[in-house]
Amino acid sequence: MLKDITLGQYFPGTTVAHKLDPRTKILLVVLYITALFCAKSLVTYGVMALCLAVCVYISKVSIKALVRGLKPVLFIIIFTGILNLFFTSGDRYLVEWGFLRISDTGLRNAVFMVLRIMLLIMGTFLMTYTTSPISLTDGLEQLLNGLKRFHVPVHELAMMMSIALRFIPTLIEETDKIMSAQRARGADFESGNLVQRAKALIPILVPLFISAFRRADELATAMECRCYHGGEGRTKLRVLQYERRDYIALALGVAVTVGVIVLRRFGI
Amino acid sequence: MEPILEIKNLTHTYGIGTPFQRSAVEDMSFSVDAGEFLGIIGHTGSGKSTLIQHLNGLLKPTNGQVLLNGKDIWAEPKKIRDVRFRVGLVFQYPEYQLFEETVYKDIAFGPANQGKTGDELDRCIREAARLVGIRDDQLDKSPFELSGGQKRRVALAGVLAMEPEVLILDEPTAGLDPAGRENLMANIRDYHRNKNKTIILVSHSMDEIAQNVDRILVLKSAHVLMSGAPAEVFARADELITAGLDVPQVTRIAMALKARGVEIDPAVYTVEALERELLALRKGGAVC
Repeated sequence: MLKDITLGQYFPGTTVAHKLDPRTKILLVVLYITALFCAKSLVTYGVMALCLAVCVYISKVSIKALVRGLKPVLFIIIFTGILNLFFTSGDRYLVEWGFLRISDTGLRNAVFMVLRIMLLIMGTFLMTYTTSPISLTDGLEQLLNGLKRFHVPVHELAMMMSIALRFIPTLIEETDKIMSAQRARGADFESGNLVQRAKALIPILVPLFISAFRRADELATAMECRCYHGGEGRTKLRVLQYERRDYIALALGVAVTVGVIVLRRFGI
Repeated sequence: MEPILEIKNLTHTYGIGTPFQRSAVEDMSFSVDAGEFLGIIGHTGSGKSTLIQHLNGLLKPTNGQVLLNGKDIWAEPKKIRDVRFRVGLVFQYPEYQLFEETVYKDIAFGPANQGKTGDELDRCIREAARLVGIRDDQLDKSPFELSGGQKRRVALAGVLAMEPEVLILDEPTAGLDPAGRENLMANIRDYHRNKNKTIILVSHSMDEIAQNVDRILVLKSAHVLMSGAPAEVFARADELITAGLDVPQVTRIAMALKARGVEIDPAVYTVEALERELLALRKGGAVC
């Protein structure tokens, strides 16, 4: 069922991973991604995996939930793996079978590529699992605040993001409802060729769009009724404040990233 | 009378294997007779919506069976669409499912999926429109130009046009004004009387249920709490109230009178019955 999708789902908790300032977590994820793309040996990949494992352990998020996050991108992971495995030329070929050849660099690339994507996704998912969407957008807004000077509408973008996140579950539920209603009238979404299947989506999409526009309109009215007029002069209920644990976490993150880059210099 | 629908030990569990595991329907058994007007009431979260989605095969039971005319509807999963044509389900706020350019085309969606064509299709559409009180000149309009109440009629016609043997209505009058409600219920009553088809009405409004149905099924936290004719069910008003449900306003007046020492049957549920009771009392010389 559609409801089972866990895209960016938040698991409430009280661990250090949950309590960290959202800005810290966003910066850590940026550092983590940078380090991940600099890693190119077994040792550095091991370090990255270990970092993630420690963070997962601290956050008490279940491994199962983390692995489930990989499901939607499973196809991409497999596709990248296969592409790298068969279509990288190298010095030595391990297997030759017709036009399919596996070179040693191909195997290496494939393994590292798959590892990289998996670590990347699990790392970012860990952030969304431990940070509520609201504080995430709050953190993002604060981080990007400096861009206001260049007339980037930071507040508006953050608000758009929170609203979009807020309405994902609502729209999923709505889609479910409309699909059931059309199924009750004999709509068939599972069989037929591509054209027929695309046509079968019309009875879902039209009502869904109409209701999305209706909701947007209602929300705009409700916001206006509460005197919303953009970010200017708007104060915060929860003011973000860096604490000791944030500085420690950031220092550790920077240390690991610098370490990985230095190791890369030495060819490890 | 022959039962048209039989529900045997039906259980439906959501989110099996997750921390959110919860049974919305648990070991429910009852049957619906052909031509019956059955009302289902229950508090929010009592399992009404889950239950009715089993009756036309939108949901598959975790355990138990649903028999339509004595045959398990999941015996041949490939033919589940036939069940959906035979058991028509009108969801809550069905006007949000409209999508076609004209009212006529929207009503045609169901019967066309059924495979009806030509004159037969046209006949089904016009008859369904007539049953819910949509005028011929409205058929060529866009459904989005109509008022809320009319949109709902169009959605209802969309299901009626499939000529189902059983019609299930989930809160058909929710959000309508009193006149709209009464109009729509009158249409449904006429349909039941003239076509002699089975109807299952799910509602929050006790008054609506009391005035229309032959039999009431009361659900409470995934189980059937009681089942019987309205008089039998409302005679157990105390239990209903503990279950977090209401009783019809008329019953409440009768109960209040009884509490003040007036000799009256508190299980009356229509204005006419209460009037009769009170007149009988006056004849008997009691002071009201």
